[in-house]
Amino acid sequence: MTEEQQAGSGGAATAEEEQRTVVRTQKVEKTYVMGQTTVSALRGVDLGVIQGEYMSIMGPSGSGKSTLFNMVGGLDKPTDGKVYIDEVDVAQLDAYELAWLRCRKIGYIFQSFNLIPVMTALENVTLPMVFAGLTSDESRDKGMDLLAKVGLQDRHSHKPFELSGGQQQRVAVARALANDPAVVLADEPTGNLDLRTGTEIIELLRSMNETSGVTVISATHDHKMLNVSDRVVWIADGRIERIALREDLDIEVTQVEGE
Amino acid sequence: MPAELAGGRNIVLPFSKTVEISFRSLKIRFGRSLITTSGVILAIAFLMSVWSNNAIIDGLRGANKNDINLLLMQNGIETGISEGGQSSAEAQARMQEDASKQQWLIALSLLVCVVGIANAMLMSVTERFREIGTMKCLGALDSFIVRLFLLESTFQGLAGTSLGILIGLAMTMLLAMMDYGYFVFDYFPSASIVQSAGYALVVGTVLSLVGAMLPAYRAAKMEPVEAMRVEN
Repeated sequence: MTEEQQAGSGGAATAEEEQRTVVRTQKVEKTYVMGQTTVSALRGVDLGVIQGEYMSIMGPSGSGKSTLFNMVGGLDKPTDGKVYIDEVDVAQLDAYELAWLRCRKIGYIFQSFNLIPVMTALENVTLPMVFAGLTSDESRDKGMDLLAKVGLQDRHSHKPFELSGGQQQRVAVARALANDPAVVLADEPTGNLDLRTGTEIIELLRSMNETSGVTVISATHDHKMLNVSDRVVWIADGRIERIALREDLDIEVTQVEGE
Repeated sequence: MPAELAGGRNIVLPFSKTVEISFRSLKIRFGRSLITTSGVILAIAFLMSVWSNNAIIDGLRGANKNDINLLLMQNGIETGISEGGQSSAEAQARMQEDASKQQWLIALSLLVCVVGIANAMLMSVTERFREIGTMKCLGALDSFIVRLFLLESTFQGLAGTSLGILIGLAMTMLLAMMDYGYFVFDYFPSASIVQSAGYALVVGTVLSLVGAMLPAYRAAKMEPVEAMRVEN
């Protein structure tokens, strides 16, 4: 893949100068040793994620999609090659700095929502702020603001089990944005939701991306996601198979829907 | 990055928040934590009953009254004023043997208790791998996780030990009253009972901490990727 392709984010931004790369991978390889055999999950992936873009990573299971996703999210370290998050080489960070990075720079959204069951919606949203050292007043105000943004301000005292799946995922979106991260990583965010709530979450993520300018990287095989993505990266067999801009995708979505 | 780290605020988990989270974690799994706690209750009740029984009998022997001594002898306890010197020495030896047997039993019961706590906490860690992974994704340090689990276990330990002390003491008092009647109250060794209770509280809490150490360490070493695992 050439530099132009990497930098050539499509979507809304076309100006070259203002584009800043938030996440960059360089010839990333990952091999897992499983007993006697070694499995190559990634075989040299070069990818640049530009600030403010909405990127979807697609690929069948076993393609290396999750591995790449974890790599980009600072959850896993490459066997070879480098991963830069906000221009910081992840491999160089110690445990404390990694925790700091996860707390401040990255917001995670999970397929299974992963709210802390013993905490209310508000407490879930404010937990990353507590870690970041905000006072309880500051975090309560900010938490309520975020809950209002996802439309759940009157549910702030509910525990996760008192909320529907879609509502839980909304809380998770608010939590991911708690410390104004540079990147929001969403791992199959619609995987456990029905069609309608899934669409709502996708729209919510997109509107957060548009209003606050946060970069969204989403691993998915949900074709609804293609509509809103600036760029879609297809992974197959541990390599980037192809990167497509949104303009080129409209046709494909209709094709899928036509099937 | 290091410069940025120094500039920004550190990652923290205030103690009050730690207490709150671990307390609620116990509450939400009330049934299971009750079972874990009951192990502590039983072990400490046993410990306390042995200690308080010894204290009560020491108190009665110290009274050195004929009618009490008679009761003590009826219950097979050496009073120190028997007929022949030889039988006294024999009795002394027997009592010592009993005492060391008692210590064995105590040690064993406490050991079983620690193993029980460790087992229950390990299960709790396994059950909560996703929660722990999520917390780590949100920026929790290993030490936060360790603190949460140790504190949880300490709560259980304190509650279980306190109950165990009360139960052990009550049982002993009941049995002693059946044997010695109201003499128990006349020569009640309150000072040494309070002291035993204090020791038991320390022992119970330390046991809970020791039992939770390995599970807490395992929880802290859990990778944040665990949060991504999907199993329903």
